[in-house]
Amino acid sequence: MLIFLQYVVQGAGVTIAVTLVALPLGFILGILLALLYLYAGRFVSGITAVFGTAMRGVPPIVLLFILYFAMSGAVNLTPFWAGSLSLGIISSAYQMEIFRGAILAVGSGQMMAARAVGMSRWRAIRYVILPQALRLAIPPWSNEAAIVLKDSSLVYALGVAEILRRAQLLAASTQQPFLAYGAAALIYFILVFSVNRFLDWLQKRMQIPGLHLSV
Amino acid sequence: MLKGTILTLELTAVGIGMGLILGLAAALARVYGGKWARWISIGYIELFRGTPILVQLFLVYYGLPGIGITLDRLTSAFLALGLNSGAYQAEYLRGAFLAVGEEQMMAGRAVGMSRWKTIRYVILPQALRLAIPSWANEPVALLKSTAVAFLIAVPDLMTKAKAIAVQTYDPIGAYLAAAVLYLVMVFLLDQFLKWVERTTRIPGLEIEGKKA
Amino acid sequence: MAAPILELKNVTKIYGSNVIFKNISFSVKEGDAIVIIGPSGTGKSTLLRCINLLTPLTSGEVYLDGHEVNVKGKNEDEVRQHIGMVFQNFLLFNHLTALDNVVLGLTKVKGMKQEQAIEKGRHELKRVGLADRAEHYPGQLSGGQQQRVAIARALAMDPRVMLFDEPTSALDPELIGEVLSVMESLARENMTMLVVTHEMGFAREVADRIIFMEKGSIVEEGSPDQLFRHAKSERTREFLGKIGDLYGKKEGAKKKK
Repeated sequence: MLIFLQYVVQGAGVTIAVTLVALPLGFILGILLALLYLYAGRFVSGITAVFGTAMRGVPPIVLLFILYFAMSGAVNLTPFWAGSLSLGIISSAYQMEIFRGAILAVGSGQMMAARAVGMSRWRAIRYVILPQALRLAIPPWSNEAAIVLKDSSLVYALGVAEILRRAQLLAASTQQPFLAYGAAALIYFILVFSVNRFLDWLQKRMQIPGLHLSV
Repeated sequence: MLKGTILTLELTAVGIGMGLILGLAAALARVYGGKWARWISIGYIELFRGTPILVQLFLVYYGLPGIGITLDRLTSAFLALGLNSGAYQAEYLRGAFLAVGEEQMMAGRAVGMSRWKTIRYVILPQALRLAIPSWANEPVALLKSTAVAFLIAVPDLMTKAKAIAVQTYDPIGAYLAAAVLYLVMVFLLDQFLKWVERTTRIPGLEIEGKKA
Repeated sequence: MAAPILELKNVTKIYGSNVIFKNISFSVKEGDAIVIIGPSGTGKSTLLRCINLLTPLTSGEVYLDGHEVNVKGKNEDEVRQHIGMVFQNFLLFNHLTALDNVVLGLTKVKGMKQEQAIEKGRHELKRVGLADRAEHYPGQLSGGQQQRVAIARALAMDPRVMLFDEPTSALDPELIGEVLSVMESLARENMTMLVVTHEMGFAREVADRIIFMEKGSIVEEGSPDQLFRHAKSERTREFLGKIGDLYGKKEGAKKKK
């Protein structure tokens, strides 16, 4: 029995790997898109807005399939990579909203003050706006991190051997579906729980003394 | 595809309805219940918010038969979506109960009402209205979640899309069409919810909430 | 005669259909402390923001040390290094300590080395009386302290002229004094400054020249003595009279104590 459980737990490694590809990709793209939306010209701003609305208005599984087939047509990728990258792109649309809100919450006064000291727009964004915005973004971002972790289960549909796929195989071979899927749920739960606790701790550590803003 | 769309909407509607009942019960239990009620509701909420909907769906459809409960596809989908939605709705409602606050409860008891009466006539009417802006996130989220039901062959929009993809050898085209339909549904739902929000607002009373 | 440090020629700002100010001209010599007074909403703050190019002018010229700065193609960031600005709501960088607030411009804009910048930063903080608060964050400082750090931040860039935009309007009454005395000692040190304020006592004691603005134009300008005692315009006398009454009562009360 234990050997089989170990098999499912190995799936956790894959799940974590998918998340570790998707989440940072979403992070980098998300910040970029938020900055473009807020600071670039009207045309670029409009395009990012459309991208965001479209990606957030369609179920992730549908987007996953579209992106997977689109990517497979162009490049030869394993389902793992196609799935992870797609999840990253999807997440970037949600993260864009998070960072957009956080940057706005920092306030235009901070930008004014930075420019008054002679900083260029870019320097102001880099040294004054972003450090504050990223801290403000931690609570909603933790939410998104948990979501990406849970959505990683969708790569099951692409055949990736993550937790759920393994649980299914285990259920078939042991004829104990309830235990198998129950185990899968438990492992996911532990992962999500740990991530949430870690990010709570991170938020407390990064707090700016005396500042009580929220997004 | 249209028939699939209707089923998708049905899944959403049943899910929301079930979720509302479960969520309300869980939120009440968690804020006002005794020790046992509280722990059970926390367990329910954390479990269904802390695991993916897909896993929950499989657990219900494939797992339950293992302990003797066998449900057909549609019922399993309704059940899983309802349970899932209930956990999220419980959190939105809990936030609203807390925002209404201790003081309203005190005021109700001071007039001689029992705890339950105060909840029913003082707290709930306010909480339900306060909850609407943040709660409105849930129907849209649920609508998007229903898509995973295709993996247990529930004949919703996604399943139909897959069928077309297989038949026409044009997966991108088929799924794009489905995507557009989802977008339209999400947009309309969003507009409807905004309208509801506008018409039920209590002037001067709002929680500082953030929309997803 | 030395060229004025700052000169405005017919500057106008129109926003939509509103004329914020029109055809404003004046010059500021080195060491001058100019105070701009007038009813709220007459474009005084906007005027300051146009001088350091945070807000664009509709027409007119601004000269800093004889060079026109209000031209297309001029590097605005560079210009702002030479003009210091203090805002009504301080606008300190919330995520940085007081010292880091002062140092940021030095390292990231002027390219100073870290140790050098920190030394200068401490010097400026000492100048405004807050050497012991260097490691505090804005959220841990009182309003008056925050504003003084803001002054230090602006001073650190060694500007040619300092602009003060209603620096005490957002402060509790008991904290106003500490900021005004810092500004007063700056004036005594011969800092060239342009101050928009409602603090008439400060205007009377410290200003070399006072400009009274209303509805987007200069009504009258002159020395404090000229304006407070022998104002030429009826409107000036009316405005100062109303404020003076208020202030006069305060002064009277102070003398009794």
